[in-house]
Amino acid sequence: MVQTRLPFMQSAITNTATRYGWATILLHWLIALIFLGQLGLGFVMVRLTSQRTAFELIQLHKSLGFLLLGLIILRIAWRLGNSTPPLPLSVGQCERRTAPLAHLALYAFQLALPLSGWALVSVSTLEIPSLPFNLFIMPNLPLAESDAAESFWAAAHWYLAYAGMALVTVHIAAALRHHFQLGDAVLKRMITPSSE
Amino acid sequence: MYARILGFAAVAACLAMPVSAAVALGDAAGTYSISPATSSIRFSIGKVGGGGLNGSFARFKGSIRIDNGDVGRSEVNFTIFPESVGTGQGRIDAFLRSDAVFDAANSPEIRFRSTSVTRTSDTTALVAGRLTARGKTYPEKFTAELGGLKGGTIKFHVTGKVLRSRYGMDVGTPIYSNIVDFDMMLTGKRG
Repeated sequence: MVQTRLPFMQSAITNTATRYGWATILLHWLIALIFLGQLGLGFVMVRLTSQRTAFELIQLHKSLGFLLLGLIILRIAWRLGNSTPPLPLSVGQCERRTAPLAHLALYAFQLALPLSGWALVSVSTLEIPSLPFNLFIMPNLPLAESDAAESFWAAAHWYLAYAGMALVTVHIAAALRHHFQLGDAVLKRMITPSSE
Repeated sequence: MYARILGFAAVAACLAMPVSAAVALGDAAGTYSISPATSSIRFSIGKVGGGGLNGSFARFKGSIRIDNGDVGRSEVNFTIFPESVGTGQGRIDAFLRSDAVFDAANSPEIRFRSTSVTRTSDTTALVAGRLTARGKTYPEKFTAELGGLKGGTIKFHVTGKVLRSRYGMDVGTPIYSNIVDFDMMLTGKRG
């Protein structure tokens, strides 16, 4: 019996010892897209003269932030439940040690950024409810509301965004270095499961 | 002496009577101007998950004319200055004054002009009219309840619901309800 195998078939969804599966790849790029969009949105929405557009963009930023938080939790759970293909043999000792730390830091920032945003809206004295994509009410975190707490979490969210941006820049630079300078499959294996 | 006792009794009886029985709309004929110092215009907008946004306007003006023969020919006019909005939260006040909501700089007045007054009981009336805000005019209805009439001062409790989306103020829906609940305590002075 002849069986046609499509790239999305089950065998290519999970990771193996030699490559990433579609689930990891799609989560990676979906999160990357939303994460970069959120950085841009965050900078623009607080610099607008139209308060109406600002309000609407802030609500969109909150909606995407909650979506991101859900996707990141899914991604971390997926990563913990799946094997991770090792770095190519050509990668040196120094990078072999620092890459997992950089990835750990990336996961930490991906969690900390939406959580700090959630804390910010929870303690805000504006008391604006969260209604992600106008679908459901997201309850506030159990934190006391005050102007001081709002300033603190706004600053925390802001600094985490800057630090996260720096980390993402290093991550992109490393991926490009692997692809163009080292000529290995580190970037390619995050694009399709069958690059090698 | 007897006359004085009778006089006291009459005053006591009047005080004991409920307001609705003591004052009827027909007795209140005259023109009154609304005194902002002793009046209030409050509003409330519900929000998802409970609670709401409550505020008031500090500056407004208006007049009430109760027709002598026909209450139905009475008139109510009032003007609210949205610049004076207050919610107890400065950032929300600034937002409401901005072009996101009232655009108070370009539309400094919200006006109501009655078109009909329909008596619904001895002390209540339905006031229909035209509300103008941000250059848009729509028919609205308010319920007015006579609260008392004493020495040329008349009190009304006015309530009504207004859909803010009609006036280009739908920002924040559906987090904040489209319905604005108005609750006004208006004190008018005759003359």
